Order: sequence, then structure tokens, then C-alpha cells
Amino acid sequence: MSGIALAGIRAVRLGGPWLALLALVLAAALAFGVGRYPVSLLDVARVLLGRLTGHAPDVAPAVEAVVLQIRGPRIAAAILIGAALSVAGTAFQGLFRNPLVSPDILGASSGAALGAVVGIWLSLGVLAIEGLAFAGGLIAVACVYALGTALSGRDPVLVLVLAGVVIGSLLGAGVGLIKYLADPYNQLPAMTFWLLGSLSGTHPADLLPLAGPVILGTALLLLLRWRLDVLSLPDEEARALGLATGPLRVAVVAAATLVTAASVATAGIVGWVGLVVPHLARFLVGPGFGRLIPTAALLGAGTLLTIDTLARTVAPVEVPLGILTAFVGTPVFLWLLARAERDWS
Amino acid sequence: MPLDRRSLLIGSAAFALANAARAAEPPRDDAGRTLDTLRHPVTRVFPAGPPAAILLYTLAPDLLLGWPRAIRPAEKPYLLPPAADLPEVGRLTGRGNTANLEAVLALKPDLILDVGSTAETYRSLADRVQGQTGIPYALLDGRLASAPATYRSLGGLIGRDAEPLASLTEGILATMRERVATVPEAQRPRVYLARGPRGLETARAGSINVEALTLMGAVDVAGPGSGLAQVSPEDVVAWAPEVIVALDPAFTAAARQDPLWQATPALRSGRLHVSPTLPFGWVDFPPSVNRLIGLWWLGKILYPALFPEDIKGVARDLYGRLYHVTPDESALDRVLAGAL
Repeated sequence: MSGIALAGIRAVRLGGPWLALLALVLAAALAFGVGRYPVSLLDVARVLLGRLTGHAPDVAPAVEAVVLQIRGPRIAAAILIGAALSVAGTAFQGLFRNPLVSPDILGASSGAALGAVVGIWLSLGVLAIEGLAFAGGLIAVACVYALGTALSGRDPVLVLVLAGVVIGSLLGAGVGLIKYLADPYNQLPAMTFWLLGSLSGTHPADLLPLAGPVILGTALLLLLRWRLDVLSLPDEEARALGLATGPLRVAVVAAATLVTAASVATAGIVGWVGLVVPHLARFLVGPGFGRLIPTAALLGAGTLLTIDTLARTVAPVEVPLGILTAFVGTPVFLWLLARAERDWS
Repeated sequence: MPLDRRSLLIGSAAFALANAARAAEPPRDDAGRTLDTLRHPVTRVFPAGPPAAILLYTLAPDLLLGWPRAIRPAEKPYLLPPAADLPEVGRLTGRGNTANLEAVLALKPDLILDVGSTAETYRSLADRVQGQTGIPYALLDGRLASAPATYRSLGGLIGRDAEPLASLTEGILATMRERVATVPEAQRPRVYLARGPRGLETARAGSINVEALTLMGAVDVAGPGSGLAQVSPEDVVAWAPEVIVALDPAFTAAARQDPLWQATPALRSGRLHVSPTLPFGWVDFPPSVNRLIGLWWLGKILYPALFPEDIKGVARDLYGRLYHVTPDESALDRVLAGAL
């Protein structure tokens, strides 16, 4: 490789996080500017400025409601969830030293799905359904971790992944059972829509329960970013470098699970983002977690926000988020697989 | 029409003649399938799904073998005691197949009754089950507008006089069409059907879920198309529905407090209504003759001036004729809680 090309790669790597931030800002401007209810960017700026300065903006009440009650919370949720899933995916891919790992590897999504369908089956309110989903995700991963630790032989990471697969499929069967028992005219469609993933119902009241766990978990992973570098070495080497791998692994799993469970509780199952975005980020800034984690967070936020903007604008009705992420994620992943293989080896 | 001896004689003669004519050729269902193995008298009927169970219950509750889903305590007061206590037998077609074919056979039905779509999927399913079990499987048209014809088909198959219910439903449908026709197209209300815990699932105008609404001339704000769809509150605000019909009482309570839903004309003018569901849904589910009562209610909330009738009186009368039980005042209040 020529010196110029190497210098170019180095420049991209240094500028990577800034590129991701720029993309996020553009995505946010786009997201605020388009939608089913016509609102000009100028009006958006007026409403947001009005909110910041405490002055009443000079716009129609419906415009203010769309910006502050509907579009704003939805954009905030997309940013938080995109960042959360990408950071969790990045951390898990490092922890399991495997590029095919996504944030639901330890059953967080299946547990949250089961919690949600049980909530719908019992005809609970929305906040209770989200609470059950969040609890379901945490309990599922706790069970997987307990099982993994109890059975752990020579390869604790492999046992953990296998426990995740087993518990995940058991929980999937539980979801199937509840759907089977559900009222086919009313509850079953509600469950199906919930499981396909969507941000359409994001309410300002959803933001606090989402932001709390996501910020906490992401901050913890950001703090651990240098240690994650060491964790991607084989266990013996990491220990030789003086790292307590056991507690560190618990901390990473706990933080990633916290953010994943909160995301799935709010938006339903949004696949692919947590799998693909870490690869994109690695492609941009290389494998060092110091720059990888913040880049993945920004890139994930921008990606999910853009996909959600598509979800609410491309068709007369909402396109489920989980379906769009799969349609977008698959080709991107294949392209990355063909292109960026060397970054892994 | 008062029932005197003469009309009774003419009626039964016509009925006997019709039966004799039918005996000549094998009976057919609404999908055009022949049911050669159907033997009279039919005394036990297995309902393939909720629409079939409700239709059969209204015409011949004594023939019903069980319910696709057992009747819940809150629903029991609105149904005849022996029928309300029938066991759960599961669903045979549609989404999920909870009934076991051997269990169906063990119940020894004379007829399996399915009411709904007569499209190829369901025809072939009917043929398959009929072939496997040897039990005649009748597939009847479940569209609301076809209810009179469906009653007549069912009456012919089970050998019962379906004329009173057929003409009752004909009368209701005609009344609705006549009154709605007087409303100019431009004045038809724009309605949003809110399903799901968040109220953000809806059905498009061509879907069976809004059949009652479109029959009443309501303009579905979700636009043409079929099936259920998910929407965002932004869509609802942009559509600015004048009336919201909700299915979930929990959603209705939350929406009334929520500034987001307050941004719709429907909430500002207090036109958010929750559909009654006892013993069966009035508007959307299951999609059977239970929706006939809902038409009167929809008339009342969509065109108050055109439907001056006391909805309680109408409901009491129709519950008596369709469900064979006349609910008292407090039972009717429970049905209509939040609906008006």
C-alpha cells in the first residue's frame, strides 16, 4: 500500500468520529424537516428556540405539538436506541471475539419480547407493557449468565453464548405460546406489530425510562473502552496484563444488557443495527475501542434515525422498523463481509 | 307481521317445499362446494371459528357444540345459560389451528361450520378437512352485507327457519343504507379506528375490520387498502379525524388525558368513543353478526340527528332477538360504559 493511501486511512481514522457526528446532525435535521404533518425547518427552529428561551413560539399549536410531542421524542428515542444497540453490539463483539455477535446474543431481546407479549395478553397499559419487557430482558440475561457460570468449563465465553442460544430459543417458544393463546382478532395483531419493532408510538413519557438505562450503560461502556481492547486478547494474555477478566466481563454484560433491554422495551425488536453498525464503525476508525465505541454510538444514532425517518415517510402507513433494518442491514453486512474482512483477521 | 294460522300454514308449506326441492340436489355452501355427506337432522355443529360460533348461536343455540374460546364470566350474563357454559373447542382455520382434528371427530359433529372469507385458501382448507374427517364442512360468506343470505344458507343446511333473522338483518341493513344515503358525500364523518394498547394500529378502508364503519358511510382516514397497519401519532394529527372509534378502554382513558391526542378534532369535540364488547365486539371483532348491533351505535355517534332512537332500547331488543337474552338496565349500562 502506498504512503498516500496509508496517510488517507489515518486521516479517516482520526476524523472518523467527527464524520459520524456530522452524519448524525444531518440526519437529525432531515428527520425534523420531513413528516406526514407539514412543518418547515424554520418552524422547527422557532419551536425549539422557544422551548430553550422560554418564549412562546409564533406557530400554530398543532405545529408545536408535532415538534415537541411527536417528532421530537421520536427522534430522541431513535438516537438513544441506535447508539445503545450499536455500542452494545460493539462491546459484545469484542467480548466474544466474534464479528457475528449482536446485542441480543444473550437473550435480552427474546426476554423483552416475552415480557411484552405477556403484557399485551394481560391487556395491561403501555407503560406496564414496556416495564415487563425491560424486566424480561434483564431476567433473561441474568438466567443466561447464571447458567453460563454454573456450567462453565474450559471456555466460559463459548458456554455463555450457547446458554444464550438455548435460553433465547426457549423464550421464543414462550412468545409463540402466548401468541397462540391470544385473541386472534385483537391481541395477536398488537403482538405482531410490537415484535416487528417501531418507534411510531414514542411518547414523551417514554424518554426518561429509556434515557436513564441507556445513558448509564453507554457511559459505563465508554469508561471501559480501553479495557475492552485487552479483553479481545485470549483470557490468559489478558490476565497476564493484570486485568481481572471475570469482573470486567460481568460489567460489560450488565451494561450492554441494560441498554439493549431498555431499547427493546421502548421500540420492540430492532435487529441488524447492533450487528452492522459496529462493522461500519470499525471500517471507519479501526479496531481500537477508544475511538470505536464513540464512533459506533454516533454512527448507530445517525443510522437508526435515518432508517426511522424512512419508516415514517416512504409509505402511506408506517413501515415496521425491524423490517427496514433487515432490508438495509443485509446488503450492507454482505458488502462489509466482502470488503473489510482483513480488519478482523 | 302478526302470526295467524294462515300465514303460519303458508310459511310451513313453503318451508317444506323448499326442503323437498333441496333434497333433490346435494346442498352447497357459499363457496359453491357440495356437501353430499350432510345428513338430516343436523343436531351437532362444530364452529370453525368465532364468527361461525356467533352466527350459529343466534340462529340455533342448541346445535352449538362449544366455543372457539370459552365464554368469560363478564360475557355470560348476555347469553343463554346452557350455551354460555359450553366448553372451549378451539379454532379450526384462520390464524392458528388450536382445534385437534381427532378431538373434532370425538365430538361427533354432523357439520363443521366456517364463516368468513370464501377465497381459495379457505375453500381448499375446507376441502382438506372434509376429506380427512368425512364430516361435511360448510364455508359461508362472512361479509356483513351478506348476512341475510348467509342466514338463509345456514338455515337450509341445518334445517331451521332462518327467515326471521334473515329479514331482521335485511331490515337493519336497508335502514342504515337509506339513512346514510341522505348524507352528502362531503358531510360523511372522517373516522379513525384506534386499535391496540397505544391506539396506533388501524385498519384501512378495504379491510374487514372497518366493514361496519364503511357500511355506515364513514370515511376511513387511513385511506384505501386492506388489512391492519401501524401509524404514528403524527399521521393521526395530520389526518385530523372528526371521530375516533377505539377498541381498548385503557387506551381511551389515556388518550383523554394526553395532549398528543388532544391535537385531533375528535378529542377537542369529545368524539372519542370506545366500542362496546359484551358479549361480543360491536364494531370490529369477531367479524360476525354481532356487528349488526354496532351499526345502530355507529349511526348514533356518527350522525346523531339521523339516529334519534334510544340506543339502549335498540340494544335491548336486538340482544333479545340475536342472543336470546334481554339484558336489564345495569347490564346494558355495563355494555355501554364509555361508548357514548
